[in-house]
This record gives sequence, C-alpha cells and structure tokens, in this order.
Amino acid sequence: MSGTNVIRLNSKWMEGSGPNQDIVISSRVRLARNIKEIPFPHLLPENREREILDMVKNIVEGKVIGNQGGAFEVTNLLELSTLEKWVLVEKHLISPEHAQSNGPKGVALRVDEAISIMVNEEDHLRIQCLLPAMQLNEAWHLANQVDNFIEESIDFAFDREKGYLTSCPTNVGTGMRASVMLHLPGLVLTRQANQVFATMSQIGLTVRGMYGEGTEASGNLFQLSNQVTLGVSEEDIISHLSSVTLQIIEQERYARKALMKEGGEQLEDRVWRAYGVLSHARIITSREAMGLLSELRLGIDQGLIKGIDARIFNTLIVLTQQAFLQKTAGVELSPFQRDLKRAEIIRTKLTEKLGGEKND
Amino acid sequence: MLCDRCKQRPATVHFTKIINNEKYEQHLCEECSKEISQFAFGSHQGFSLNKFLANLINYDPSFGGVELGYRAERCDNCGLTYTQFTQGGKLGCNHCYQAFENKLDPLLKRIHSSRIHKGKVPERAGGKLKVEKEIESLRNELQRLVGREEFEKAAEVRDKIKELEKKLAG
Repeated sequence: MSGTNVIRLNSKWMEGSGPNQDIVISSRVRLARNIKEIPFPHLLPENREREILDMVKNIVEGKVIGNQGGAFEVTNLLELSTLEKWVLVEKHLISPEHAQSNGPKGVALRVDEAISIMVNEEDHLRIQCLLPAMQLNEAWHLANQVDNFIEESIDFAFDREKGYLTSCPTNVGTGMRASVMLHLPGLVLTRQANQVFATMSQIGLTVRGMYGEGTEASGNLFQLSNQVTLGVSEEDIISHLSSVTLQIIEQERYARKALMKEGGEQLEDRVWRAYGVLSHARIITSREAMGLLSELRLGIDQGLIKGIDARIFNTLIVLTQQAFLQKTAGVELSPFQRDLKRAEIIRTKLTEKLGGEKND
Repeated sequence: MLCDRCKQRPATVHFTKIINNEKYEQHLCEECSKEISQFAFGSHQGFSLNKFLANLINYDPSFGGVELGYRAERCDNCGLTYTQFTQGGKLGCNHCYQAFENKLDPLLKRIHSSRIHKGKVPERAGGKLKVEKEIESLRNELQRLVGREEFEKAAEVRDKIKELEKKLAG
C-alpha cells in the first residue's frame, strides 16, 4: 500500500475559510504525550517502537472522534516512499525530523487531515490539530478531545508538579505548542516586520518560517507560537497567542491601508505584474513563485485583482512545493523540470479560476 | 558573476550537482547559500533545540558546575546518565525528571515561567489529582474574594472546598 492518504490533494487547513482568513492562513495546536514507564522513542529499540505504533493503531484506527472529519488511518512511515513522506511535511502533517527518521515511526491521520498524530517522533505521541484561518480555540478543543479519547486507553507520563512529561524539557507541563501561520506582506513591504518580531520574544512568543524550526520564511509567511509550556494553562497559552495575533492582524491591516493610500498605483502595478508573471511564466523557481503568490494574494485581498478566489494561495503554496510537484508528476524531477512543472501548475490553476474570462 | 538567488551580491559559493547524469549548477553569494542550506530537501540541518539546550547545560556556569559524581548519575528506569542528557538535550523517560531533579529544576525555571504545572490533568488517571488542583484554585479564589470583602460568594466557595475535600478523603 503506497499511502493512499498522502496523495490526497487538500488538507482541511488548505481550504482557507474562517475568521480573519485574509491574514491568518492556519491555526495549529500540538500536544506532546508519552506513555508512563516506557522510555522515550530515542532510547527504544525497534521492536518496542513497533509495539507502541501497534498500540496506537488499536486505539484510533477506524475511529471517528468528534462526530466529523472521518475516521483515523494509521500509516507506518516505513511503508511510504521518501517523496510521500515529504508530501506530508509540505502539508504540515508531520515534522521534517519525523520524515527523516528511520524505524517504525508512524502517523495517524483523520480523513480530513485536520488531525494528525505522530507516533514515535521525539515523544511517543504528538497530537496535532490544524485548522484553516484563525481558529486556535477550536484547534485546542479538538486536540483536547483526541487527547481524552486516547487517555481512556493509555496511562500518560504525568506528574502533579511538572505536568505532562516530555522528552525535551522545553515541552514539559502542558506539552502544548500553539501556533498561527500569518501572511504579512504589508508589514514586510513597509519594513515593520522585523520590529514586530523582535518584540515577540519579549512576550514569550517565537517567530519562525513556514516549515517551523530552522526554516526560512518565504512568501511573507510566518509562524508565531508560544515558548513557555510550564506554569501556564492551555487556555492561558491560547488566549495570549490569540490576543497577540489579533494585534498583529490590526498592524498588518493598517500597513496595507497605508500602502494603498500612499502608493496605490505602485501597489496595483506590483500585484498585476505578479499576476502577469504567474499566469504566463514557463519556468519558475520555488522562491520566485512564493514571493509572487504572496503579492497576488495581497492584490486579491485588497480588491485590486478581482475574479480570483484568494484561497488559491493556500492551495498553491503547497502544490508547488518540490515533493508535491514530483508526486503530482508521478516521476522524480530534476530542479529544472520542477521549475517547468511548477510554472505549468500555477498557470493552469490561475486560468481555471478565472473561468477563461477577461479580468481587466 | 552575480548570485542566482538575490541577483545583487557577487556569487562566491558554487554548487554542482549531478543527478541521473543531469548537471545542475548554482552560484550563490555567501548569505544566500547559508539561508538555503538551512532547509535543503532531505537534508534538514537547521537549528536544533536539543543541541542548543545541551550546549546551554554544558557551557553555562550555573549548570556546568556539575560535580563529577553527578555526571555519572543514572536514571534507574531507563539507564540514561546525566552526561548523556547534557549531550543530547533529551531525557530518557518519565523517571528521569525525578532522577535529575536537582539539576533540572533550575533549567526548567529558566526556560519556563514557573516550575509548577497549571494546565490540564489527565481525565481518567488524574481524577484525584484533578480534585486536588480544583481545591487549590478554589482556595486562591477564596482569598481573592475575602480580599475584596465579597463574603457571601466566599462562603459558597468555602463550602465547595469542604465538599471536594470530603470527596478526596472518601
């Protein structure tokens, strides 16, 4: 079985609808959990890791949690090709580290891909809920539900004082990392982004690139997440991150308004140029595509470009990633072939959405 | 030659990759090459939190002054030694938190806002713990109410605490 689940086109978060969808691309809550008395994955021999994977499979496979979204399917990563694993990374369903690890590691995915559970990553279980737009509360409630469901069958490593015990001491306590992926072209163009980010660490939050730890920010996309997990409740973390996010949203809207007011023609020219290149280019690198897609999205959000659904951005930023491209093509592609394929996919998607109508 | 990526700075780093007889060249400036190497497909070499943590424990005098005897200290359950922890930044099992408590506590205090968990308690296993936590938070609430001289509400909270304490004892 070559992972039917990974070639699914859309994850729930890529639909892109919800509160503040013009700026917040997705909301995520991740809970780290370990099984009592069993050494953490990095100390476990393969046979014991397999036992844990089987245990999780017995608990969640085929189950529907929360009356929607479909049932869980558990996949052993050993059954997937490298490419398929990287597709999961590009859809944010597993971490890059998990994709690169060997041995009986696994992932449990709900059909709508709003919930993924990494098995034997740094911790035995990493329950993750990923929803479109600004839905941090919803993501936390969903993650909490899944956590409760699994806890009916597993004794988690928990200490009254220290909370949920995790492999890395930076996750102990709630074991929770909540994050939002933000699209902030306004703050970047007005050169305020770095200033805003610098203040984040002072209030206990971290800013990262699109694919988390150690990745580059591209397409003006940034991930904002909590740093502290011990000494604060889950609700505190969510409400703190939410209120800071709302502030940033306001700043971004303000920056966009200023751009429209002070450089409306330049901005209009810029976003239409982005559209022009995207809809006609024959060769395009990932970096160029991400930058132009971001500008296109800005143009649509500001009403400068009409007739294209803004959420095409959410789909294309994943479809044009390198593993996804190769998966779609069905063969391995050289970097140059990828740039050709990427340009083709973007062109097709853009004209599809326009329905052949003239837009200007 | 200008950098392929930023097209501004001169290219000083030259890559040649040959995959399936296909030659792929890239000319980058130093800054771009650094950024790119952080997230190269299949060779993730980004910043590692665990390594960072390990270095913090190893080089910070407030952790590094660990006496030799302690370095050999071992967790009875999983066998991880303290030295191994300082090297990898990862603990071995739930017992490690007790085994290395003396050394971990200052670290936790530095990373987090407090050393005491205030969040969720497991629904099933934590039944008793949950009641204890609830009593604790009610006690805080009681103090607040008394401070604000809202005695009627305080009395209600006090009764609730008594009820929960009975539940714990029984």
